[in-house]
Amino acid sequence: MKAKLFDYVERDNFVYRLSGITKLLAFIFLTFAVMFTYDLRSILCILVFSFFVLWLSEIRFSQIRLMCWYVLVFLIMNAILTYIFNPEYGVEIYGTRHELLRLNGRYTLTLEQLFYQGTKFVKYVSVIPLGMIFLFTTDPSEFAASLNSIGVSYKAAYAVALTLRYFPDMVRDYEDIALAQQSRGMDLSKKEKLTVRAKNMINICVPLIFSTMDRIELITNAMDLRSFGKHKKRTWYAKKPLKGCDYAVIGGSIAVFAAVMLVAIFINHGRYWNPFI
Amino acid sequence: MSKKLFEIKTKTIVAIGLGAALFTLLFMFVKIPTGIPETQIQTAYGVGAMFAAMFGPIAGFLIAFIGHALSDAVQYGSPWWSWVVSSGISCFIVGLCYTKLHVEDGIFEKKDMILFNVYQIVANALAWILISPVLDIVVYGEPANLVFTQGVVAAISNAVSMGVIGTILLKLYAGTRSKKGSLSKG
Repeated sequence: MKAKLFDYVERDNFVYRLSGITKLLAFIFLTFAVMFTYDLRSILCILVFSFFVLWLSEIRFSQIRLMCWYVLVFLIMNAILTYIFNPEYGVEIYGTRHELLRLNGRYTLTLEQLFYQGTKFVKYVSVIPLGMIFLFTTDPSEFAASLNSIGVSYKAAYAVALTLRYFPDMVRDYEDIALAQQSRGMDLSKKEKLTVRAKNMINICVPLIFSTMDRIELITNAMDLRSFGKHKKRTWYAKKPLKGCDYAVIGGSIAVFAAVMLVAIFINHGRYWNPFI
Repeated sequence: MSKKLFEIKTKTIVAIGLGAALFTLLFMFVKIPTGIPETQIQTAYGVGAMFAAMFGPIAGFLIAFIGHALSDAVQYGSPWWSWVVSSGISCFIVGLCYTKLHVEDGIFEKKDMILFNVYQIVANALAWILISPVLDIVVYGEPANLVFTQGVVAAISNAVSMGVIGTILLKLYAGTRSKKGSLSKG
């Protein structure tokens, strides 16, 4: 099991030196731009850019291999399901019909459907590197500070910091409990019946949840004793001040967001770019 | 002590932090297979609903929101925002029964169970059959047929998780708390 949420390894390059706020803002602006648009041209630009930054950040492939598999499986499932449920969606969007292949009455392969699903595939692929860059190059303790700086209430930001801090502890507890229960003969493998397996899983969760409840009391008392939440603002030890290159990156990502939106509004008159008419 | 619906105490914040960590862990690793391929019951929602019932709607929303976003980010690189928001909303609605329950005083009777389950069924129906498909269409431009079918499946499996696991957990936890006024003069 992966005990660490952020597999953070400190390196010294341009992407790492940027402040967490910058990376968070850039991530938000670029992903929202890609989420909105179905213009293959804009998406391809962002795709190239995000893979360039991924290369720049020197993240190793071994760090992201598992993620790539998950994403690939998800995208293939999504593509198959989209086709099964809406084989004519492309025709509906683009308003023309170029038939390539006829399987039966309902399922035909049209150029429009291929283009729609292809665009969707590229769209999802192009945001994945952005998320990876943000996850792997941001110091977890700086993350809460960044959230607070972009306007999230510091109490919510502190909750996120607690989540990141206690996740590895909880994974360790979970493994200990699971091993202890298994050594007492509780079977979690496929050999056992479904209902018994479900019950056994709950039996592992219960001690974990109850120990979490105790821990909540403990941490609450510790924080109350240190007067947490007394003031309206707080400072962060891990916060990195913004430098010139930070402002440049933030400005750049806002410009990309604006450009994608303007292309959608004034050139495509909608989210879809239609090469068929 | 009377409870206010939207009050945020230090305890609420800690519960959000640790609850979200628990949610992430369960969401990633502890799923109960149903026998139908690609459909698993997420135990995380049962725990999310339990925390929502004990710490209120804001805690519920943030636990599910942070937990779902983090596990998506770690597994897929980027959160699927429409579903992350729906997760948050489903636990927010469950959390609205917070002022009516007194689990921390060891009280979780039959009528409380019914109340909790009514809230969770409404929450799941709203979040998964209405909000998440609509967001999928508006935000991601996914085809309607597909997302509504996925929504119905998600609503049923999450309602089972909240209804069975959530109820059992609340009952068990109430049993470990001593009731108010349970001491009597000898």
